[in-house]
Amino acid sequence: MAHSRRRDAPELPDFSLLKRLAKDQLIYLLEQLPGRKDLFIEADLMSPLDRIANVTTLKQHEVDKLYKVENKPIVSMCDQLCFLIRPRIQTVKWVADIVNADKAAGKFRRYKIIFSPQKFYACETILEEQGVYGDVSTDEWAFYLLPLDDDIISLELPEFFRDNFLEGDQRWMMTAGSALHLLHSLYGPFSKAYGIGRSAKMTYALWRELVEEGEQRARKPDIGTVFLIDRDVDFVTPLCSQVVYEGLMDDIFRIKCGSVEFGPDVTSSDKSVKVMLNSQDKVFNEIRNEHFSNVFSFLSQKARNLQTAYDKRRGMDIKQMKTFVSEELKGLKQEHRLLSLHIGASESVMKKKTKQDFQELLKTEHCLLEGFEIRECIAYIEEHINRQVSMIDSLRLLCLLSLTENGLLPKDYRSLKAQYLQSYGIEHLLTFANLRQLGLLVEQQPGETLTVMESKVGKLVNDKTAGKLTDAFSSLAKKSNFRALSKRLSLVPKSGEDYDLRIPRDMAYIFSGAYVPLSCRLIEQVLERDGWTGLEEVTRMLNGNEFAVTAGNSGGESGLKTDTQRIILVMFLGGCSYSEISALRFLGKERGYKFIVVTTAILNSARMLEAMLDSHM
Amino acid sequence: MAFVTANWNPLGEAFYRKIELYEMGWNLRDGLRDCLVAAAPYGGPIALLKEPQRRSPSARPQLEIYSSSGVSMASFAWKSGPVKQLGWTVSDDLLCVQEDGTVLIYDLFGGFKRHFSMGNEVLQNHVMEAKVFHSPYGTGVAIITGAFRFTLATNIDDLKLRRLPEIPGLQGAPSCWAVLTQDRQSKVLLANGVDLFILDNTACTPVTPPGLSPQANSIVHMTVSFSYKYLALFTDSGHVWMGPTNLKDKLSEVETKVRTPPRQMVWCRRPKSQQPSVVIMWDRHLLVAGECKDTIQAGLSTVAVSVLDPMFGYHLDDESVLVPELDGVRIISGTHHELLQEVPAACEEIFKIASMAPGALLLEAHKEYEKESQKADEYLREIKEQSLLGEAVRQCVEAAGYEHEPETQKSLLRAASFGKCFLSNFPPEQFVSMCRDLRVLNAVREYTVGIPLTHSQYKQMTVQVLIDRLVYRKLYPLAIEICRYLKTPEYQGVSRVLKHWACCKVQQKEEADEVIARAVSVKLGEAAGISYSEIAAGAYECGRTELAIKLLEFEPRSGEQVPLLLKMKRSQLALSKAIESGDTDLVYTVVTYLKNEMNRGDFFMTLRNQPVALSLYRQFCKYQEQDTLKDLFNQDDDHQELGNFYVRASYQEGKLEARLSLLQSAVDEYNKAKNEFAAKATEEEMRLLRFQRRVEEEKGERVLGYSLQDTMHCLLAAGLHKQAEQLYKDFRVPDKRYWWLKLSALAEKEDWDELEKFAKSKKSPIGYLPFVEVCVKHHNKYEAKKYVSKVNPEQKVKAHLAVGELEGAAEAAIERRSEPEISLVLSRCSPATDSAILDRLNRARATATKK
Repeated sequence: MAHSRRRDAPELPDFSLLKRLAKDQLIYLLEQLPGRKDLFIEADLMSPLDRIANVTTLKQHEVDKLYKVENKPIVSMCDQLCFLIRPRIQTVKWVADIVNADKAAGKFRRYKIIFSPQKFYACETILEEQGVYGDVSTDEWAFYLLPLDDDIISLELPEFFRDNFLEGDQRWMMTAGSALHLLHSLYGPFSKAYGIGRSAKMTYALWRELVEEGEQRARKPDIGTVFLIDRDVDFVTPLCSQVVYEGLMDDIFRIKCGSVEFGPDVTSSDKSVKVMLNSQDKVFNEIRNEHFSNVFSFLSQKARNLQTAYDKRRGMDIKQMKTFVSEELKGLKQEHRLLSLHIGASESVMKKKTKQDFQELLKTEHCLLEGFEIRECIAYIEEHINRQVSMIDSLRLLCLLSLTENGLLPKDYRSLKAQYLQSYGIEHLLTFANLRQLGLLVEQQPGETLTVMESKVGKLVNDKTAGKLTDAFSSLAKKSNFRALSKRLSLVPKSGEDYDLRIPRDMAYIFSGAYVPLSCRLIEQVLERDGWTGLEEVTRMLNGNEFAVTAGNSGGESGLKTDTQRIILVMFLGGCSYSEISALRFLGKERGYKFIVVTTAILNSARMLEAMLDSHM
Repeated sequence: MAFVTANWNPLGEAFYRKIELYEMGWNLRDGLRDCLVAAAPYGGPIALLKEPQRRSPSARPQLEIYSSSGVSMASFAWKSGPVKQLGWTVSDDLLCVQEDGTVLIYDLFGGFKRHFSMGNEVLQNHVMEAKVFHSPYGTGVAIITGAFRFTLATNIDDLKLRRLPEIPGLQGAPSCWAVLTQDRQSKVLLANGVDLFILDNTACTPVTPPGLSPQANSIVHMTVSFSYKYLALFTDSGHVWMGPTNLKDKLSEVETKVRTPPRQMVWCRRPKSQQPSVVIMWDRHLLVAGECKDTIQAGLSTVAVSVLDPMFGYHLDDESVLVPELDGVRIISGTHHELLQEVPAACEEIFKIASMAPGALLLEAHKEYEKESQKADEYLREIKEQSLLGEAVRQCVEAAGYEHEPETQKSLLRAASFGKCFLSNFPPEQFVSMCRDLRVLNAVREYTVGIPLTHSQYKQMTVQVLIDRLVYRKLYPLAIEICRYLKTPEYQGVSRVLKHWACCKVQQKEEADEVIARAVSVKLGEAAGISYSEIAAGAYECGRTELAIKLLEFEPRSGEQVPLLLKMKRSQLALSKAIESGDTDLVYTVVTYLKNEMNRGDFFMTLRNQPVALSLYRQFCKYQEQDTLKDLFNQDDDHQELGNFYVRASYQEGKLEARLSLLQSAVDEYNKAKNEFAAKATEEEMRLLRFQRRVEEEKGERVLGYSLQDTMHCLLAAGLHKQAEQLYKDFRVPDKRYWWLKLSALAEKEDWDELEKFAKSKKSPIGYLPFVEVCVKHHNKYEAKKYVSKVNPEQKVKAHLAVGELEGAAEAAIERRSEPEISLVLSRCSPATDSAILDRLNRARATATKK
């Protein structure tokens, strides 16, 4: 890409250490239950586990058979059962049921639950209530962080989003704090911390507490700055259709734990192929951050290069041929394979996305972001609902409409909701209740209602908690203020100018030049200003809770920042999308930063909205 | 200085010396006569029980506690049962073993702490003899009962009583016994006549000490060394046998010529010494027996005997007690407190008469230097010529550590410092740390403190333990001074002392809560690593709940406050603190606790004021107790949530009737919540369900549970147009929606006739382009073409293109003179086949743009 690099970006620290730590601890835990045992693994821990320890490793430590945790009776002959699970009430209950069933059948076994990344008191209560507390030993596998790529680390906790923002359950906050603490102790000390959002603030506080409790070792930091951001600061960005290659892959094929399964339509054979999508894949690495409209030209250029490389062998003598075969051919073959896969994937994307309706969908999204021709957009959404195009997509458009317009007019709200229910069933009454609670899809209300509620609540309880309550309530009925924010932070570039997607000017290229992601713009601004000064109006609209802390006396460097301070850890509490990661990569290249993204999970619009459905319970 | 060797006695190849530690500060009328005495090792406190056999209520025995220097710390009349044995624990608590096997524990100041029993067997048969012993596992108690059985507890803080097996052939009391620690186990070694047995948990094993004098008929006394490595036996023939406790060989045997059983016998051995020696005490006579190459007759006079004698003796003026230490023996009498030890090698080298050791020369050199004599240089040269100056300095420093008199210490250290001046690159650490250590040691040896520690004991015991001991004695200022002086990290040092101080402070009943709380916070304010919750726990334990709460306010980590608050039943406060801490797990702990403690109504009310706790509990209920969840909403009159709850429940319900009734409840709740929209939607759902059931019953079409849209689609697909029409009317489905639906349903069925009829039924609200597109989608261009003419002008181009009629599209575009549309058509034309159209379009475009 034709970027003018301002400064050489510093090297990223090596995160494979995290994997090693996790693996060693897991092995230690398995050895705590000596002898042959069957291992039951929670479904959403399977892929992460696979990255840490493969089946051979598990077998080496006397794991006999592997099972997936499903909520049904088990068939296992082994007299030792080990459960590797998330600390969820239902799963623990299931384990308790197994133990009780064994007891009833007079079977004697040893049971061990390994909670990852930590255990909760609630889980132990279940064991106690079910009367199996003494029969089951419990342990914690402190597997907080899974490096998905050189610059992406995931907590693999998709439920963080719903639990924290919708249910108001802060159970994962400690996990986030501990994860940050782990990074801090391995790659810190971080000398600067910025953040915005309630969870960010809490995570920061919990982390500092851990730091103060533990012993302090002076070491040369790998990472100097950390930025914490709540997902609810910016709901708009993850709701937009992704058009950068990596994001598009996630929207269409659903990248799971850094790997994707390409179906027969991509592989043009009858088999599906699992592919790891990370920087190891040379082809992917070059196109992942590209706008989709450029991907084909890149790929065809690549194909031509490959052909030239193959063609080299013509006119070679035997000796040259020998070195060619032994040194280059394998690499070329590998590249060839990847190239054909990505071309296949792109074709499949093209088939789906270049159709008229996708263009119209994008156009509607852009109109919403710009606040332009809103009536037409509503009509489009209505039609979308009426034709049952896609349950999630309709919902997504509704949310975007509400977020960008600060809520729907009561008339529109009712009619759209009614139509949606007619199309997709009344159970979505609950979905709408959830969306409303989260502030994703709300009805416009006269301004004073909120304050009335606040003062009512304030009278109910003493002053100290009132503040917190108000906090909680303001998130219930908060305004998104998107339009004002967009103006202040110039999120939507002036329309009318042609935007050359091949040579991106700014982060807006992520969304075809129509919108600079709010989250990334905030990060950019704060880093530039070295704090929140000058952004007071913005933070007010984002419900405050911002902070900027410089530790110790490391400040005072004039202008020139040290390498470590240009390595910035961005922690998304509640998940982030691949588009945001691409935007940050772009920002890094422009400004000479390196961003490391730590997220509770990789998010896209579908995952985000699916988490709002109540039918899954 | 010249008299340093005056109190030295040679024994074998070493010398022994007796140093006076203190002149006792106590005033005992009868000395130690008729007293039960226990003195703790490491210069610990001394407990006396005077006239322990007194039983009458009018004249009770007196229990007194003194420091090693005889300063009184406590004194009270003993009102419990008869005491058999006194002993000290490793944490300076006094153990009083009663005849009935009850062990009472007192602190240093005579405060009763707790008691425990040594078991029923002991209670029945009474304690005949008891011993308190120390091992790496803590302080233990061993008892032999009147029935000659042993009961043993290795650690009184983790009491596990062990009754040892019976000893075969034991008719009466064993002649003597001792406790051993071997192979991580406490065992009893006992003698029955001349037979020795080792008793462990499971067995009684007879053993024989190798080379025990054949004259012996009975072993009358035995002792085990401080380290449990060595054993000494005293026989009725007056022989002392010394050897390792594993009884693999013999170190020495000395004939004392005294046949009376001794009062006390203890080991007196330096850790690195080559020579074994025991100190044996009879009434007024003390004997030190060492290694013996050949037994030489020794006179039992008061002063030392000739060189190479295996023993020498002292006369004792007064009744005394021997206290074994790791590097010597303390001798406590009614008036004095002395230390008997082997002279350490470094001291011997320096102070031995006519010693030419480098250290001795250096000391001499320094003396001359102070006298401003040139001899100083001669001595110094002599050392330097042998290049032993470093060694000399080291010797002086080391010897200083072994000396008790500050004056001697000073002169040795000065000599060392003097010697150091002539050395370059001599590492200073040893000197510096010795100076520090000695300063600390001299401070604690001070008469008022009374802890006569030697340097070796201090090193063995560590600073931390020393600080603890000072804290037990409530010598807080000294402890803090020492911590600061030694620069102990706050967390282990000053803070720890302050914490103990505070814990002690909160027990001062006479002071008001306010005063104490303030005093504590002022003093502890800036100290790092203080846990106020521990102090508060202390306050609570002595019944001062209010003070505890006040103290908890100072605890910065709210999480730490919670457990104690719960214990004090301040659950509301605990809940808010837990929430403040941000640790959900903690919140949950409190919630569960509250749930069990409170009645339901109060519990719900409490939760209502704490949204975090409430949402947490809701989460829990969602999975565990659905009904509770309902109650929770009911209590709050949260009709909206109740409505949602019923709707959710209806989806988990299989039977239609139950489902409908749940939905009806939901409708009621929504109405109460004034959520007309939701109420209406739910009502409609009920109507839809009933309708679906009817359709299923009448037409056999499976539609139950489908959304309205899906139901209509299904009906249309099945050709049930009438029913679909009815839904359309009943549910006031928007026209557009219905048209879209019917259109796609018919197309899917490829029911083209019906579609045509439908198109003609009335004017389409969605236009006719969708008709065209849907036909094309189902590959029926023929049908599609029928609708092209009906498409409104704006979309006509698109319609023509959809069916592939370039000409029509071109015409429409030209007619509309729309430049983009013309371009669109142009892009579809290929120059080879459609050249005529191309021309026309290009011309039209030209005119269109001109305009």
